[in-house]
Amino acid sequence: MQFLLTTSKRVFYAIVLLVAVLVLNFSLMHLAPGDVADTISQSMGGADQELLDQIRADYGLDQPFVVQLGRYIGGVLTFDLGFSFFYNMPVTELILQRLPATLLLVLSAQLLALVVGVLLGVMSARKPNGITSHFVTFLALFGYSAPVFWTGILLLIGFSLNIQIFPVAGMQDVTIEGGFWVHAWDIFMHLMLPMITLASIFLALYSRLSRATMMEVLGSDYVRTAKAKGLSQNQVVYKHALKNALSPVITLAGLQFSAVISGAVLVETVFSWPGLGTLAFQSIIARDTPTILGILFFSALVVIVGNLLTDMALRLVDPRLRGR
Amino acid sequence: MKHLIKGFVAAALLAGTAVADDAPKRGGTLVTVIGTNVRNLNSAVQSGIATGYPGAQLFASPLRYDEDWTPQPYLAESWEVSDDGLSVTLNLVKNAKFHDGTPLTSKDVAFSVEVIKANHPFKAMFAPVETVETPDDHTAILKLSKPHPALMLAMSGQLMSIIPQHIYGDVPVDQVKTHPRNNENPVGSGPFKLTEYKSGEHIILERFDDFFIEGRPYLDKVVMRIITDPAARAIAYENGEVQMGAFESLPRIINRLKKVDTLTVTPDGYGAIGPLDWLAMNTQRGPLKDVRVRKAIAYAVDKNFIQKALMLGTASDSRTGIHPDSPFYNGEVDGYDVDLDKAAALLDEAGFPLKDGSRFGLTIDFGWPGVKPQVEYVKAALKKVGIDVEVRSSADFPTWAKRMGEMDFDLSWDTVFNWGDPVIGVHRTYDSTNVGKGVWSNTQGYANARVDELMAMAAVENDPAKRKALYKEFQAIIADELPVYHTNTLPYHTVYNNKVGNPPVGIWGTSTPIDMTYLKD
Repeated sequence: MQFLLTTSKRVFYAIVLLVAVLVLNFSLMHLAPGDVADTISQSMGGADQELLDQIRADYGLDQPFVVQLGRYIGGVLTFDLGFSFFYNMPVTELILQRLPATLLLVLSAQLLALVVGVLLGVMSARKPNGITSHFVTFLALFGYSAPVFWTGILLLIGFSLNIQIFPVAGMQDVTIEGGFWVHAWDIFMHLMLPMITLASIFLALYSRLSRATMMEVLGSDYVRTAKAKGLSQNQVVYKHALKNALSPVITLAGLQFSAVISGAVLVETVFSWPGLGTLAFQSIIARDTPTILGILFFSALVVIVGNLLTDMALRLVDPRLRGR
Repeated sequence: MKHLIKGFVAAALLAGTAVADDAPKRGGTLVTVIGTNVRNLNSAVQSGIATGYPGAQLFASPLRYDEDWTPQPYLAESWEVSDDGLSVTLNLVKNAKFHDGTPLTSKDVAFSVEVIKANHPFKAMFAPVETVETPDDHTAILKLSKPHPALMLAMSGQLMSIIPQHIYGDVPVDQVKTHPRNNENPVGSGPFKLTEYKSGEHIILERFDDFFIEGRPYLDKVVMRIITDPAARAIAYENGEVQMGAFESLPRIINRLKKVDTLTVTPDGYGAIGPLDWLAMNTQRGPLKDVRVRKAIAYAVDKNFIQKALMLGTASDSRTGIHPDSPFYNGEVDGYDVDLDKAAALLDEAGFPLKDGSRFGLTIDFGWPGVKPQVEYVKAALKKVGIDVEVRSSADFPTWAKRMGEMDFDLSWDTVFNWGDPVIGVHRTYDSTNVGKGVWSNTQGYANARVDELMAMAAVENDPAKRKALYKEFQAIIADELPVYHTNTLPYHTVYNNKVGNPPVGIWGTSTPIDMTYLKD
């Protein structure tokens, strides 16, 4: 019951937040000079005033601000995210087309960063001044401070050009033919570089955090007890200590989920990954308001779901939270 | 005056230039790349280079052009311009079919002209066309209100896509631009038909077996991948993942790709699209009202530096608003070689003496991040003659477009395309009736009665030699009065793998059908 109440409260806050996001972004977009008619005329190589006016009238851009905003919010409430001016198709359709690619990239990168980050963190926590630890610190800081587009291009030059293992761009090779596994393998190969690039930023956070908490946990009494009972080093670390060290990492992972999505914008652009990030970038450039707002709406949804999932995961690893 | 060209003669000529030493081979999949997302596949209602490439494959036009700017038969096997220049008769090929099997008739031509007039941004193309008569299924007569030589180029490339009336005629003519079948299951009569279009990912085309030119196209399949990042595109060319792409414009990447053995990188194929870089000057604001100030700026800015150092030698000199590859280009006008003394003298003469190292201040705008170096260079160059330039950046294209459209700028870096005939893409910049009407209109506020007169005469002059003379004088006046300081061509390059035979490097580049392109063994 308590759980239901907390959850419904959260859902309510989320909706309020969502509407606020929409109104704020709509107003901000409106404040900026110029509009999508200009970008359409750019993509056409120029247009006269008459055509610009016609485009504005077609998309209701000649209406007063309040009318446009009202129409939009009304549409969203009935689950209609509007019609993309630039792509000439319904925004919902456009986003659903792109969502799977982004989810695949973001989830796999998050998973990779989490697993590898925690492993590296634990390894370095066991010998805090060893060579492994220094190496992990270096790798983590490097991944964190290098801009993702640079890491991306570097990986491309390394593993697509000099050693030709991975394909350069996109999500699949449309020229290959074969069954399900052929395509799955093809997508996996396309996924590798963008996934590593995106994971590299978060690897640093997770490895540093798990190193710190692990060191703290390893110094605690029950670990000493476990050791005293004669358990092997691995049993102590992975069975007893890790579970306790994980919970701050999971919290962070949940909080970082929104950052992973924003990171995806750059990574997707570099690798032409056909996801929401590329779409977001292109529609911002094109000033395609319905698409931008639609993507923000979906990102907010994804973040909220991500946070809820984090919550549940925390309950799983920490029994003390289960009652709450 | 009568132009009558028989189809078979020209076809033989075309084939002659195309074959070269090894004969084209049937079959294969060509993987190509485009750098921007495509908004609309229907080139009858959407212009632009992104639409041009798929558009020209899906939809055929009445004419095509060879490398020497001579019109060649395509959907029209022959054509005829009446002596008074007021009617143009197109004799269509008899065997043209749309992708759904319906024969293409003159009715479709008449319909397409109507649709283009109502939706296409380049109103100048068909404005003088009053009606299209269709005496029989294979004859279309365009009736003009005045002679209109620009019509020839406007009937080629991506500019006059013939679309089927039975598909696109179910909505009012002016709403075809949002027709659902522009992107989904579009039907044309071009060499390739659409298999799949995934926005932001790829366009896949397959050979249209009933294409009206027998034996063509040579390729079975054309894949157009959308890769927006230029560095990623470069790697894809290098490792062979992509075999052809056009409109590459980053000098560093062009020069790097030139060194790759498996690739050919060429600036050919952009004459008709005619992309030009220039420094726009608002002739209605402050010191820039004075032509001497504008000339001083031209003398102070070293365009050799822009071409050689900033563009790393990938751009070529252009001195007027007409692209250097165009037959109308007049390269004899003053190029304003750098001369700081002359610039200083002109500024003194205009009444702006040097006081404490400065004469006056100006702002400079730019619309996209790629030209920031040019803008910064102009600032540094003008500092030398005592003009303080403040660089105003724009958050994005619409912000800049708005400033330009409302003439809220002093100087601005601009890129404008010719789009075939000067009437289509050149006049708009200098026409005094087109002042400040949105971006890429006459945003410089320039007005000269003789220039207006010359453009009006050239627009209706059917004799190529006389027309050339008119444009020669036009360009001389522009170069002398400098509403725009023309610096260089945009360094567009086409990149193709050496396995690609007959790449599209004619005047229209990739905005032409690639029915003659093939893959070598």
